[in-house]
Amino acid sequence: MRSRQPLIPYLIWMVIFVIVPLGFVVYYTFTNENGSFTFENFQYVGKYASTYVYSLRLALVATLICLLMAYPFAMILSRSHAKVQTMMMLLIMIPMWINFIIRINAIAFVLEENGIINKAITVLGGKPLKLIHTDFAVVLGMVYNYFPFMLLPIYTVMAKIDKSLYEASADLGGNGWQTLRRVTLPLSIPGVITGITMVFVPAASTNIIAGYLGHTKMIGDIIETTFKTEVNYNVGSTLSLVLMLIILIAMVVMNHFDQDKDGAMLL
Amino acid sequence: MKSIKGEKNEKILSILCVISLFFTLFACVSSESDKLESPIYTGEKLSGTLRICNLGEYISVGIDRETVDIIKLFEEETGIDVIYTTVDNNESMYAKLTSGTVNYDVIITSDYMIERLIAENHLASFDAASLSNYGNIADRFKNLEYDPTNSYSAPYFWGTVGIIYNTKYVTAEEAKSWNVLWDQKYRGKVLMYDNPRDAFAVAQKLLGYSINTTDETEIRASADKLKKGNFIYVADQIFAKIPAENAYLGVCYAGDYLTMLADNEDLAFSIPAEGTNVFTDAMCITAKSSCKELAQFFINYMLDAQIGKINAEYVGYATPNTASMALLDESITSNTAIYPDNVDEMVANKNWERMFHLPTATIRLMSELLTEVRSK
Repeated sequence: MRSRQPLIPYLIWMVIFVIVPLGFVVYYTFTNENGSFTFENFQYVGKYASTYVYSLRLALVATLICLLMAYPFAMILSRSHAKVQTMMMLLIMIPMWINFIIRINAIAFVLEENGIINKAITVLGGKPLKLIHTDFAVVLGMVYNYFPFMLLPIYTVMAKIDKSLYEASADLGGNGWQTLRRVTLPLSIPGVITGITMVFVPAASTNIIAGYLGHTKMIGDIIETTFKTEVNYNVGSTLSLVLMLIILIAMVVMNHFDQDKDGAMLL
Repeated sequence: MKSIKGEKNEKILSILCVISLFFTLFACVSSESDKLESPIYTGEKLSGTLRICNLGEYISVGIDRETVDIIKLFEEETGIDVIYTTVDNNESMYAKLTSGTVNYDVIITSDYMIERLIAENHLASFDAASLSNYGNIADRFKNLEYDPTNSYSAPYFWGTVGIIYNTKYVTAEEAKSWNVLWDQKYRGKVLMYDNPRDAFAVAQKLLGYSINTTDETEIRASADKLKKGNFIYVADQIFAKIPAENAYLGVCYAGDYLTMLADNEDLAFSIPAEGTNVFTDAMCITAKSSCKELAQFFINYMLDAQIGKINAEYVGYATPNTASMALLDESITSNTAIYPDNVDEMVANKNWERMFHLPTATIRLMSELLTEVRSK
């Protein structure tokens, strides 16, 4: 009994801020404007099916790019001098102290028709590129914004790996590749799973990035307009519940790869 | 020991530096009433709290020594506390107001939304004519369709929707028709509002329909027309894209044109011959307001000639207040982009239309079609 009591404030918090709101989402999903039970809202999911696919695809690409960039970086960083680590971490964190909207706007300015890149190309005699309002720009925006969320968990896990394990691996005749595959990789999986979750989930549901950098709406934008402009809580809730379920399924599948089950709680 | 003491001193010194910096910040803030030639309200100090909800970027705020922060001035002069909030658009305001979770006393919103709010009993009636400054409002802004008896609203600003274009790339002749937005020459350089009613209004006027049509065939035809365009759908990004010449032309509210003109003098504005939307935004009191007297007092304050002038200078939209207009610089009031001289005629022949509230089914159809148009 004694050990349960400290949990109570957190339970209350969870009920008020997680369970109850989720209950509202479910309630709105299965009711119409008059409050009577219906499945009709789900027809909108079909209407926006291509938008779901599009959003998840871009989020997946961005997550993969983040992972491919962050993993080697975290590995190198975790083995660097302590001062270098602090310095690099600071450099990674500083942009995050700047408001998200400003960072997205800054990318937009760089990619614009008359942005820095296109101005440079024109000066060098080239033909300006179509950079902004493309899928490329959206993915770039996602990678730029969510990269630290991939790096930090992987780095934290790697920094904790006992250095003697590498030495043991070397002693036993393991080469660099074998050490990576047999030692570093298995031990860093929880960090990777966390990183993927922390990048993929916000990227799939973002409602700002496409507005500034994209050419079409992502599912997050559609959910936003459904709530804010159309004032249709029922359809809006249905769309977000379905998005949540898709992400949930993706996470469950992914956690399957984590033998330690350490990452399972990150759902 | 010595070195530790030195460090301590340094710490104290740096803390003092930070504190003094804060004080200089406060010292720079002068009183708003000092910026005025004569005070607006000189009566006895009142007490109370007023919750006001307005559209974004739609009131004069003190960004430098010359511009007046109207809300702060009102608080200083009257002693009333104001809780001022903004929303992105009329629909968000409706969502917030009807959610029942927030209480506003005064809201500033557009004609078609006022019509809807009156019909749904969200507004409190008040006798606008009894306000001492109501006489400042030009007659043509009274008894309009959205509030035929002036019992729910007092006009704030008005304007039209037109084309903002850069004269370096687009000619004035081309900008006389909405067709220029579909011109192949400007592919990918055209901005369109990412808002169903504003986007559809352009296509509807071009196709000769009313902007208040509820006919599904007409709405679908308008969507097909929009689909043929190669637009960048934006909201506030227009303020960055047009002056920086990342886009050459776009659909634009007249008042915003003046704001952008300040950043790029090659810009011009035209109201296409096929017609457009002419709107009035007005101040209303909510039905749930617990201090309707104070709300009326605020509305009357906003109708003051000097306040109207300060606000119009900052916001850029056209004021319906004749007394304020008389105080405004000739260069502003003679600008026909902002103060077109043929309003009555254009409205009478239905070339320029006011937006009405449409049935939910129609709005939803337009909203869905716009998403479809955008994801082609």
